[in-house]
Amino acid sequence: MINFAQVTKRYGTHPIIDEISLEIGRGSFVALVGQSGAGKTTLLKAINRLVDIDSGAISVDGEDIATLPLAALRRRIGYVFQGVGLFPHMTVAENIWLGPRLQDAPTAERAERIAQLLSLVSLPADLADRLPAQLSGGQAQRVGFARALAASPAIMLMDEPFGALDPLTRDELGRSYRALHEHMKLTSILVTHDMAEALLLSDRIIVLGGGQILADLPPRDLLQFRGDPRVTAMIDVVRDQADRLEALARPC
Amino acid sequence: MPDLGLPLADLLRLAQAHLFLSGCAVILALLLGFPAALLAARSRRFGTPLLGLISLLQTIPGLALLALFYPLLLLLGQATHVAIPALGFLPALLALGVYALLPIVRNGVAAIQGIDPVLIEAANGLGMTGRQRLLMVELPLGAPVILAGIRTAAVWTIGTATLATTIGQPSLGDLIFSGLQTEDWRRVLVGCVAAAALALIVDGVLAHVEAGLARRSRWRLVTGVALLVAIIAATFLPVPDAARSGAASAQRVVVVGAKNFSEQYILARLIEDRLRDAGYRVERRDNLGSAVAYRAVAAGDIDVYVDYSGTLWSNVLGRTDVPPAAEMLATLGKELAQRDEVRMLGSLGFENAYTFAMTGPRAQALGISDLAGLARASSDLRLATDLEFLNRPEWAAVKASYQPVFKEARPYSPTFMYRALGAGSADVITAFSSDGRIAAMDLVTLADPRGALPHYDAVLLLAPHAARDAAVVAALQPLIGAISIETMREANWMVDRDEGKRTPQEASRWLAGKISLTPM
Repeated sequence: MINFAQVTKRYGTHPIIDEISLEIGRGSFVALVGQSGAGKTTLLKAINRLVDIDSGAISVDGEDIATLPLAALRRRIGYVFQGVGLFPHMTVAENIWLGPRLQDAPTAERAERIAQLLSLVSLPADLADRLPAQLSGGQAQRVGFARALAASPAIMLMDEPFGALDPLTRDELGRSYRALHEHMKLTSILVTHDMAEALLLSDRIIVLGGGQILADLPPRDLLQFRGDPRVTAMIDVVRDQADRLEALARPC
Repeated sequence: MPDLGLPLADLLRLAQAHLFLSGCAVILALLLGFPAALLAARSRRFGTPLLGLISLLQTIPGLALLALFYPLLLLLGQATHVAIPALGFLPALLALGVYALLPIVRNGVAAIQGIDPVLIEAANGLGMTGRQRLLMVELPLGAPVILAGIRTAAVWTIGTATLATTIGQPSLGDLIFSGLQTEDWRRVLVGCVAAAALALIVDGVLAHVEAGLARRSRWRLVTGVALLVAIIAATFLPVPDAARSGAASAQRVVVVGAKNFSEQYILARLIEDRLRDAGYRVERRDNLGSAVAYRAVAAGDIDVYVDYSGTLWSNVLGRTDVPPAAEMLATLGKELAQRDEVRMLGSLGFENAYTFAMTGPRAQALGISDLAGLARASSDLRLATDLEFLNRPEWAAVKASYQPVFKEARPYSPTFMYRALGAGSADVITAFSSDGRIAAMDLVTLADPRGALPHYDAVLLLAPHAARDAAVVAALQPLIGAISIETMREANWMVDRDEGKRTPQEASRWLAGKISLTPM
């Protein structure tokens, strides 16, 4: 369970998130959406303190994250981002094993655990000895997911993880992750600028704008939302696209 | 095997000393520079001024940086009452270490700061501590850039280490400096080529290691490191020393100093041979600066060297009067013993005085025979001096006594000063009275009717502890009063001439033979 209490973060004097309070329950899949600069990435990174907030408090499982040792906090939270960030001087296996290694996990479990994680993200086991440079974009991000999951975190933070992938891979990886979320009973928070992706993957969508929460609803309810025009504009785009696609598919 | 102009063993020993000094300096720079680079990469507040300071140090000419460490260490030794050697290995190590800092720190900072921010975010997101991020990510990925910095530092240091000669640390620079002074171009060339070869070899091996790191090739890494180890081992490999063999090895080492011109090289080798015959192990510190040499003997960094009474009179005692030769010698002997416990054993028998010299025909055409005449004609004349004359009290004394106003006064290294006169780019030079070139070039020396220039008797100076060693004194005593001006000129000319040129060693052997013929 993650709790935000009147959290503010400023860049200079401009508040990018402004006194936001929010509660995310265990096992939920939350999507953070909004225009560029709406503060969604800042809100996400505040949870594992890649961004430090200016005021307010964030707690994870009842513990104020400001009081936890930084490394310990981050090790129990999985983090996946658009840049992937696989270390080029380490093999796939070495990259995946980093989290356990940082927590001094017994090496006896290494081979088995890596094989398990690779199959979890639908990658063949023989990829383990490759270097990141030898992977496709989709494979690399799957390894990124495997690395984030390796230390068995309860929480996954994802910052546009599918952003750089082609549409096919993007859809496939999104569905795979949704299945993992159910299977491993994760608490997932996904930042995306793609409303359709948010609607299809998450259980709860939080729309940010001007440093505030503009809407906070399950996907089905959000589609019926009538309020802030910034939110309805975003929904209308998706709905409009869906209508046009349906029209195209209809036999003449 | 072509004739190198020196025994191969000597060349190898100099190369070893050169490599050892350079290696130690690069390691020192690494020990200091690497942690500094890591700090600088983390904090701009620390990094910017640090890089500025190191760049500033880099702008000091290498020769000056080396020379500056001498007074610095001397002062430090006096202030702390610790016996810090101010000549030789330590100042050379420190100066070269400072010189090697820049590429190491700059590349170190660039290596860390140049890492893709995405990877830093990934490392932080995984919960690496600063230390883990450094060891697992930043250092492995920055290694090729860091190593490139070490490579640059190594090549620079091996080149600059040739200058260590000037503060009494043996290096391949010994060949270059002594070769320049005696116009033995073969020696200069051997020194330069050897230093360049060392630099290329070390650079090649480090490039191999760097490629191994960059391509993560274990084979390259292993062979590269093995070659490095081989180079380090070669530095410590014993080279047989013909001159040092025999039973003398147990004896105390006596250090003979020499300034940077032929006469000094010859006399230092003469002294060296006598001490060696007396059973001492001898080391030479050639190419010392004039001021450095005296302070070195006072501090006991060298045991014995030859200086000149007029030089000591003005530079050490700070006197501006010009007493008769005998009086000057007596006062000097007393004052040096009192001030620094330096013992003046006596005059060798000749003077090497500053004397203004012109070519015969030119002097005749202008009707100049003494300094007064020179001063009258000086507004149309160009003066060439050695490197220090224009800053010496003698020049002030000449100006005060004769008021010359030369069209141009330009310092040269002694060899090129004579060349300038010969080539017509100078009209008058400050020659040295014992120089063989005066006779050989048919120069006219100008009289000094007002006695502005002091006497320059060649005197033997002993450091305090050497002066207390009766056997050293006994070995050197026969040299006192033994060398006439004609003999010295001839010995000097053997080394300075272009045809039938001899090494200082050969000239000193000739001189020794000549002296033993003269009744002592």
